[in-house]
Amino acid sequence: MRDLTDRALDTASSLGAGYADTRVVRRLDESIAIKSGRVEGVASGESEGFGIRVLVDGAWGFAASHILTMAEADRVAAEAVRIAKASATALRDATVLDDRPPAHGTYETPLQEDPFAVPLERKIADLLAADQAATRVKGISFTESMYAAQREWKTFAATDGSYTEQTITHVGSSVEANAVDGDEHQRRSYPDSGGGWQAAGYEYIRSLRLAEHAEPLADEAVALLTAPQCPSGRFTIVLDPSQLYLQVHESCGHPTELDRVYGTEASYAGTSFLTTDKLDEGFRYGSDLVTIVADATAAGGMGTFGWDDEGVAAQAVPLVENGIFTGYLSSRETAPRIGRQSGGAMRADGWNRIPLIRMTNINLLPQPGKSLDEIVADTDDGLYLASNRSWSIDDRRLNFQFATEVAYEIKGGVKGRLFKNPTYTGITYEFWRSCDAVGDERSYVMLGTPNCGKGEPGQTGHVGHAVSGARFRSVQVGVGKW
Amino acid sequence: MNDERAHDALALAERALAHAMREGATEAEALVMAEDASLTRFANSQIHQNVAETNITVNLRFAVGKRVGVASSGRTDEEGLRRLAANAGAIARVVEELEDWAGLPAPTPIQALPAAYAPATADASPEVRADGVRAVIAAADTAGVTAYGSFSTSLESTAVANSNGIRAGGTRTVAQLLTVSMGPDGGTGYAEQAAVDVATIDAAAIGRESAEKARATANAVSIEAGDYPVVLEEYAVVDILDMLGYLGFSALAVQEERSFVEIGKRIGSELVSIVDDGRDPAGLPMAFDYEGVAKQRVTLLDAGVCRGVVHDAQTAARDGVTSTGHGLPAPNTYGPFPLNQVMAAGSASREDLIAGLERGLLVTRFHYTNPVHPKLAIVTGMTRDGTFLVEGGRIVGPVRNLRFTQSYLDAVAGVVAVARERKTLKGFLGGAVVPALRLDGWTFTGTTEH
Repeated sequence: MRDLTDRALDTASSLGAGYADTRVVRRLDESIAIKSGRVEGVASGESEGFGIRVLVDGAWGFAASHILTMAEADRVAAEAVRIAKASATALRDATVLDDRPPAHGTYETPLQEDPFAVPLERKIADLLAADQAATRVKGISFTESMYAAQREWKTFAATDGSYTEQTITHVGSSVEANAVDGDEHQRRSYPDSGGGWQAAGYEYIRSLRLAEHAEPLADEAVALLTAPQCPSGRFTIVLDPSQLYLQVHESCGHPTELDRVYGTEASYAGTSFLTTDKLDEGFRYGSDLVTIVADATAAGGMGTFGWDDEGVAAQAVPLVENGIFTGYLSSRETAPRIGRQSGGAMRADGWNRIPLIRMTNINLLPQPGKSLDEIVADTDDGLYLASNRSWSIDDRRLNFQFATEVAYEIKGGVKGRLFKNPTYTGITYEFWRSCDAVGDERSYVMLGTPNCGKGEPGQTGHVGHAVSGARFRSVQVGVGKW
Repeated sequence: MNDERAHDALALAERALAHAMREGATEAEALVMAEDASLTRFANSQIHQNVAETNITVNLRFAVGKRVGVASSGRTDEEGLRRLAANAGAIARVVEELEDWAGLPAPTPIQALPAAYAPATADASPEVRADGVRAVIAAADTAGVTAYGSFSTSLESTAVANSNGIRAGGTRTVAQLLTVSMGPDGGTGYAEQAAVDVATIDAAAIGRESAEKARATANAVSIEAGDYPVVLEEYAVVDILDMLGYLGFSALAVQEERSFVEIGKRIGSELVSIVDDGRDPAGLPMAFDYEGVAKQRVTLLDAGVCRGVVHDAQTAARDGVTSTGHGLPAPNTYGPFPLNQVMAAGSASREDLIAGLERGLLVTRFHYTNPVHPKLAIVTGMTRDGTFLVEGGRIVGPVRNLRFTQSYLDAVAGVVAVARERKTLKGFLGGAVVPALRLDGWTFTGTTEH
């Protein structure tokens, strides 16, 4: 592989690139989809190629190809340089990268049971058992269960001499039960609506114990068909980890991406209300209980790696400390603009995409004191919301609205009857400032999503979120007719 | 089929198919997707990202009786194809039988579709895209605003070969220019154009439209959330079509009872007619689907009445009909999808639409929409890049963005006027041709700070 990366970098340099880096990526995917107790789709995929990113007189160019030959390395490097020169015709501020030591070494996701070595029959049988347990419940219209694994072998090399090799493995699985009656369609899923995902081996899939959860889950989906509509008004809400992780993702992860702050995602996903003046002034993002860290070293997180896709070593970067906004997800290009070094958050979706600032593992740290159950017991009157059903947030990440699959009434510290179709809405910083309890280590769990969209052309990111559950006061539940 | 790229893609598909049959498949289908795609992105009135890729994927569906496995690979050499067939076959041999497996589709006549391809797009260079970006930036400079956006061109060859004799191949091109403009007083604007032929994209006009809107939305004021009649520009209307296609216009959604569609039921105003037509040259055409079946024109809504849904081979067999040519690449648990929706034009000018609002809002586009209640097509999202209060048929001024929680079924039922002009836009998965609309009500449920 080194021959190819050397060739691509040498060609780019000889054609005028002041800096270049290249990634050679081989990606293996496997997926199983089950619907209503039968195997609907089993697939494996393999993709391999390389991309080269060049900086010519402060302007960027990138080209990529699936053909791994020396001749193609020359062609692609030359194309990247040509593209950079075209970029230079509409350049106002030349790009400057921060200094970082050249990166060297290897990294591999720690795992106990290689998911690609587990016989396919075993994986199908495990998932089928869970799905069929849900299917058997009376009143269930259809079920959907999935298993997926991805492994990526990635070689990074740069003109500063950096050379790293990483092998990263992610697995995920879920079971989902759907009940339909007339215009009412209710769904319950486990461990959350997007599935449980970790950087791990098949041992994580076993630990989910999907089959044990399937039947009660399906019972709840059926019960929701006749449950009362969730009431509207100002409520105390307790968010289960299966919803809280997405709240963190949308209202803290994305707005702390420094490229968004500088407008480079404005034409697609938008910008951010967390402008750099708020960093300088010590903006109060949340209550004292809110401490959020971007930790690319967290065990099991899908944002865990050895180096990011610019060769910056994995690290933990505080974003919010005791409620005060203190940091960003950043890159070698953006960090110097706030007088800092890159926090190592540049990640690319495969060989044919450039790295962008992406979430690593954005974790709401647990607070000692109360377990999540004890927080519920400490709540006189409120709602417990679990598992995301819908999400939306404005282009500066201020006004959000989430729907969850289920709400449980809390009365006198006890979770009671079900409500269907719950929604809640708010303004990001007002919401986090209303947080008055965060669960302790006992409910702290690593979740995440493999579907974080960003960039043009589109990229899908795998990101992690560890959360323990939390309580928020006086939150608007229900919107108008909903 | 006369283009060399499509010919090469089909030859590759046939090689993959031959490996599958040698490996013991009773039926097999090879889908080849070859792409040369480029995108020039700009922000803060300069190019900041600029990329190109050459990519190919061979997707092999392998059946042994009623057992089906799918594998994909980017390798095109004989050993790579042999391994691909072996992988797909290994999957097929361990999965359970699909009781209602109807087999792969049979050949359908596929007419050539020259309107899907433009040499100027196929040959578009980084310099061509940079020229367009500079035109957008110049328009922004003139208006005193800052330009953001992207200009993309792609050349896509698709080929399908299956053991029932399907041999389909074609090459299409797609170009898209979009821009967001931001002004010094908080104003933002948006404009977009998609086309088969990049030469038809007027970058300066796109830049001016967006820049002028950004000027017009400066110093927006808050307005109470609530129910307002609205005029939705084309950029907002495309979201309605996308979402209805996603939630309801699929045969699988109907079979699983998660769709709002009942054939013969009125769900929209008489002014609303929507077809899916892969051959309409006004859109982003494609001659056949990812199963190699010729695309049929399907009437989805005719004067507000549900008339049809799109089928792939499997859902068609369940319904006892033939595929309409709307299959996606296997494995596909979501089902068929309308990739080429076309909404019928009306008779109103843009001015007529606005003049009909006694007190309402003009909305440029939506942001981050998501279903809250899929079966009722209740969707939440935000307005973005230009929302205006209209009183007495005249634009009064810009308002800050609003959140809505709105049934898109109620929306199509509430259409009271349709524009005569339409835009071609890229949607969620495919392309759409859409007019602007006036609706008698839209439920806004929240406000934000900009």
